[in-house]
Amino acid sequence: MPSRKKITGDLSQKILEHELVPKHEVLSIEEGMRILKEYGVKPEQLPWLRASDPVAKAIGAKPGDIVRIIRKSPTGGEIVVYRYVVPG
Amino acid sequence: MSSGNGSLNPSTIDRIVEERLSDRLPKNIVEEIKQALKRFQLTEESLEKIINEVEREAQANMVEPGEPVGVVAAQSIGEPSTQMTLRTFHYAGVRELNVTLGLPRLIELVDAKKVPSTPLTYVYLKPEYSKDREMAVKIAQRIELTKVVNVTLRIDIDFLSNAMVLTLDADMLKDKGVDVDDVIKALQKSIKKAKITQSSENPYQIVIEFEEAIDPTQVEKIREKILQTRIKGVKGINKVIIQRRGDEYVLVCEGSNLVELLQFEEIDHRRIRTNNIKEIEAVLGIEAARAALIEEILNVLEEQGLDVDIRHVMLVADMMTRTGTVKAIGRHGVVGMKSSPLARAAFEVTVKNLVDAAVRGEVDELLGVAENVIVGSYIPVGTAKTRVVYNPYMKE
Repeated sequence: MPSRKKITGDLSQKILEHELVPKHEVLSIEEGMRILKEYGVKPEQLPWLRASDPVAKAIGAKPGDIVRIIRKSPTGGEIVVYRYVVPG
Repeated sequence: MSSGNGSLNPSTIDRIVEERLSDRLPKNIVEEIKQALKRFQLTEESLEKIINEVEREAQANMVEPGEPVGVVAAQSIGEPSTQMTLRTFHYAGVRELNVTLGLPRLIELVDAKKVPSTPLTYVYLKPEYSKDREMAVKIAQRIELTKVVNVTLRIDIDFLSNAMVLTLDADMLKDKGVDVDDVIKALQKSIKKAKITQSSENPYQIVIEFEEAIDPTQVEKIREKILQTRIKGVKGINKVIIQRRGDEYVLVCEGSNLVELLQFEEIDHRRIRTNNIKEIEAVLGIEAARAALIEEILNVLEEQGLDVDIRHVMLVADMMTRTGTVKAIGRHGVVGMKSSPLARAAFEVTVKNLVDAAVRGEVDELLGVAENVIVGSYIPVGTAKTRVVYNPYMKE
């Protein structure tokens, strides 16, 4: 049963170190614009990341940000994807 | 064979391969090519030929624009799943634990159920604790949820002295690693207005003397409250089994509670796993949920001896996690979010979808496959996906 306990400080650091959690980083506005142009999409056409997501909270991503995620992929080694932070 | 003149040294090969291929091919394929090429004596000319061949091959294997990858994925997972239904063993017994496997588990995963029917947590210990069985047993005792009911043989009500008498099970106390004092302390916290003491006649008896007279109609309620009192352990972790894997001990827990377990110093927080996808989403985030979903689906398929390419499973997981929360495959989730009313109507509850769409005045852009099949036009797949638009304002 998922506990409703708050995820704070120490715990959010542990979450980022978990092997299932890939590296997340918030992009600057210029970089975000460059990515959108490169893919030719509107931000909301990217996959979303909720602002309430524990990882989003841990790295301090706010709605409107674009987050770069570097996944370890069994097919491609390292794969870079982007998520658009939405409220909720 | 003699090494010909002008053959390149390994670092130059690395550099050229990196320059030519790194922006086009996935990282581990580039690495693989580098390793393979190092084994040969290559001239610049032959390396050029090989790289050209690699590029051609990569281009030929790329998914082309307009390829219906979703349809291919659906068929590639759907066909093997039909074979699963015919095999009846859906449970695998790991000594005392039962794990849902096979088709029921697969359905559970794509339905994004809140709690799986057999929630499990695999707890790995930090290296300094994981080799020692004694240590593992100690930690297991600490996290396993132990209630008064687990260590109680019988409970008697004495209306004359206005008391309840608990008789504890000595073997269970030892097994769970608690003593009579722990039980008394736990009871003192949960039962108010009562004096709780160890019986003078029998050390394994606890006497609970109430200040107010016991109301006979409330006896069941009080009894239940006493029995359900938590002595120690983590809420939700009902049973812990210690397994040996390689050179370390792993705690397999029935139930899951990531937030509480992550607080333990002895537990390796990097490797703890649960099969509860929704809980992973809530505690570790959507990307972790995606990774866990892929792993779980592949495990189910693999365990049944079905060989499904990981790319199909990845596509399913990507669609399920697209909106930032885990959505089920079905009319409440991925399909229900399609923008085309005809595509939704073609899936399930046709009439309701059509009526609702009509009431809201929805427009179907006819961009997907299902809606174009319904209206009888070409499906926008492959070469039919392209469109020609005339722009009268475009300058020469």
